Amino acid sequence: MGRDLTCKELVELVTGYLDGALRGRQRRRFEAHVAECDGCTAYLRQMLTTIRATGTLTEEQVTDEQKTVLLTAFRDWTSS
Amino acid sequence: MTAPAPPRDDLNLVERLRDGDESAFMALVDRLQPSMLRVARLYVSTAAVAEEVVQETWLGVLRGLGSFQGRSSLRTWIFRILTNIAKTRGQREGRSLPFASLAGDDLDAPAVDPDRFDTPEASIRGAWSTLPDDWTGVPEDRLLGRETLAVIRKAIDGLPVMQAEVIRLRDALGWTSEEVRNALDLTETNQRVLLHRARAKVRGALEAYLSSEAT
Repeated sequence: MGRDLTCKELVELVTGYLDGALRGRQRRRFEAHVAECDGCTAYLRQMLTTIRATGTLTEEQVTDEQKTVLLTAFRDWTSS
Repeated sequence: MTAPAPPRDDLNLVERLRDGDESAFMALVDRLQPSMLRVARLYVSTAAVAEEVVQETWLGVLRGLGSFQGRSSLRTWIFRILTNIAKTRGQREGRSLPFASLAGDDLDAPAVDPDRFDTPEASIRGAWSTLPDDWTGVPEDRLLGRETLAVIRKAIDGLPVMQAEVIRLRDALGWTSEEVRNALDLTETNQRVLLHRARAKVRGALEAYLSSEAT
């Protein structure tokens, strides 16, 4: 096994890790580092929390004007 | 990775649309229209043209509903129609923006302030000198409270447009990376780099907010 990851290097791999893009040795090096590092464990947890909190954002409202136009289009379509 | 199989809900929804169910159609509009407008806007020059593209997309969706086979999710199918129309419009307008102007020029920037590593107290090269805070003790109602969400929203709104859209689609709306790559015409690497930058900045904003709250 090659040189261990540093914390500074690990934080740049978090997105790839969470997307399952790290394979084999890369993934094992990542997980081995996190298992022994309180700082990176906290960072990874912060990132998961960030993603979870972002997931609770709601979308903007569609304007009434746009809704009216689309409802008309839908009615035209159903009656055609 | 292959496209996710269409949820059974999609097929039920398509059935209802074919039957002329207006409330089902309007619910779909509510769900998809905001992201459709933003994605279209990345391909064309003005908000008004983006609205036209989205309008045209819905007409295309209605015309094509009869032949929707459910080989991809309804959302994937609708966005494929949208991006085809938007790209054509963008090309007709002669709009070709360099990737960097949409993606931001900070893609190589570090995810964490380099000052957080390697100070004299850090015994190992590249190790944390100030550990990230443990957020597990932050009460849920504060973490997901209105103020915190406003901080996140503001951080996202301040991102370069392509970074903002990638994090909205991936993390706020739960799209897969493949769906995002297709809708925004990105390579796998670019998609990941954009998401990485976006998440790093939103985490940073959240960290600044939560640590200022704690004191």
